[in-house]
Amino acid sequence: MSTEKNVVTITELTRQIKQSLETNFPRMWVEGEISNFKHHTSGHLYFTLKDEGAQLSAVMWRSRVANLTFSPEDGMKVVARGSITVYPPRGNYQIDIEQIQPVGIGELQLAFERLKKKLAAEGLFDSTYKKPIPEFPDRIGIVTSETGAALQDIRSVLSRRQPSVDVILAPVRVQGAGAAEEIAEAIEQMNRYGGIDVLIVGRGGGSLEDLWAFNEERVARAIYASKIPIVSAVGHEIDFSIADFVADLRAPTPSAAAELVVRDRMELLEDIGNLCYTMRGAIDTQMASFHERVASLLTSYSFNRPRDLVREFSQRVDEIDRSLGVSFNHIIRTAHQRYNSLRHQLQALNPKGVLKRGYSIVRKEGRIVSSASLLHFGDGAEIQFHDGTIGVQVEKGK
Amino acid sequence: MAAKKTNKNLLEHSLKRLEEIVESLEQGDVPLDDAVDFYEEGIRIAKECAEKLKSTELRIKKLSKGIEGQFTLNESDEE
Repeated sequence: MSTEKNVVTITELTRQIKQSLETNFPRMWVEGEISNFKHHTSGHLYFTLKDEGAQLSAVMWRSRVANLTFSPEDGMKVVARGSITVYPPRGNYQIDIEQIQPVGIGELQLAFERLKKKLAAEGLFDSTYKKPIPEFPDRIGIVTSETGAALQDIRSVLSRRQPSVDVILAPVRVQGAGAAEEIAEAIEQMNRYGGIDVLIVGRGGGSLEDLWAFNEERVARAIYASKIPIVSAVGHEIDFSIADFVADLRAPTPSAAAELVVRDRMELLEDIGNLCYTMRGAIDTQMASFHERVASLLTSYSFNRPRDLVREFSQRVDEIDRSLGVSFNHIIRTAHQRYNSLRHQLQALNPKGVLKRGYSIVRKEGRIVSSASLLHFGDGAEIQFHDGTIGVQVEKGK
Repeated sequence: MAAKKTNKNLLEHSLKRLEEIVESLEQGDVPLDDAVDFYEEGIRIAKECAEKLKSTELRIKKLSKGIEGQFTLNESDEE
């Protein structure tokens, strides 16, 4: 039995432990799996970090939580940097975490967030740089693996919806080392080749690592620099890739991208049919309205006025004709009378008429002899009677 | 590329024209002679579009880059 009892208070002991631990375990990195994760209403995070053999309480204060680039959750493997502290009221020790990162995918995730932030700050995602997707592309460029499901999906959608388009494939590796460079170069080559109306860049679904090439800066910059509108089609319905943010249009899958770039020909044919139908209807309506207008014109007062005028005119003509006939007859009669009277007068003056009454004309050598003194004994002369002429000779002179 | 009738030329312009025609016909302020011309043009355009849309085989070509930096198109061998 000890005679000297060295008694210390709990508080004192805890204080010594606290001092000892906090001095001997300064800031360090630890690795473990998260469990019992609680996001307290105060904004602080409380959870346990554990591995196969042990566990460690952990706390992350609200001020540091703001810098987190991911959402910690139960079961997640993380590396955390912090220092050991003791919490006297509960007599336990814990790690006061300053920084925490997921292990494995965590690195990629961080890189993703960093690049996203950087490119966003540069304006690569701005909607003002988004190019419109042409409504009726003639040549569709595809940057994807020649052997992947994405190409098959795109092909089958295009075959069904709009087989009249030309498809130009730039085969690339879509995962693994060098994939990002190949994708970026293919985009640049498509631009240099020209004549491509829209570009689908993507691949089928996969793990975050599989899709990684589409989160690379090289690819993002090539998409941004492209003069050809780009539809991204990285086969992951939920998560966005960096390529999705930079692309002019994001499609959740390669099939969806194909749907987005071409109009369905059946729908188009139907549209055209409807337009023709509407056009036919419009022209029929117009024709009917013209018919109606013509019909109403035909019966209108104004239109019938000319016919009335014609009738009036013909009546007047008849009248004129009648009165003209009357005048004309009068003129004829008068003229006839004058003619007759003149004829009589003329007859009276006719020398032949005088001859008939017993006078005769004497001519000597064809000239009328108007005086006895012109004829001498022995002269020949002609005497004209009304019924003939005889030759004579003067027998006795005066 | 020769001046072949592309989808872009044909479908985009033709559909736009067809819509214009339908619109002006529907407004009914087009003289009858013009309206008939419009209608005939519309029917012709619709036929051309339908022809174009009826081609049935999707053609896939592969873009490859030669040593000199020029581009060539090959039929895709994967069917």
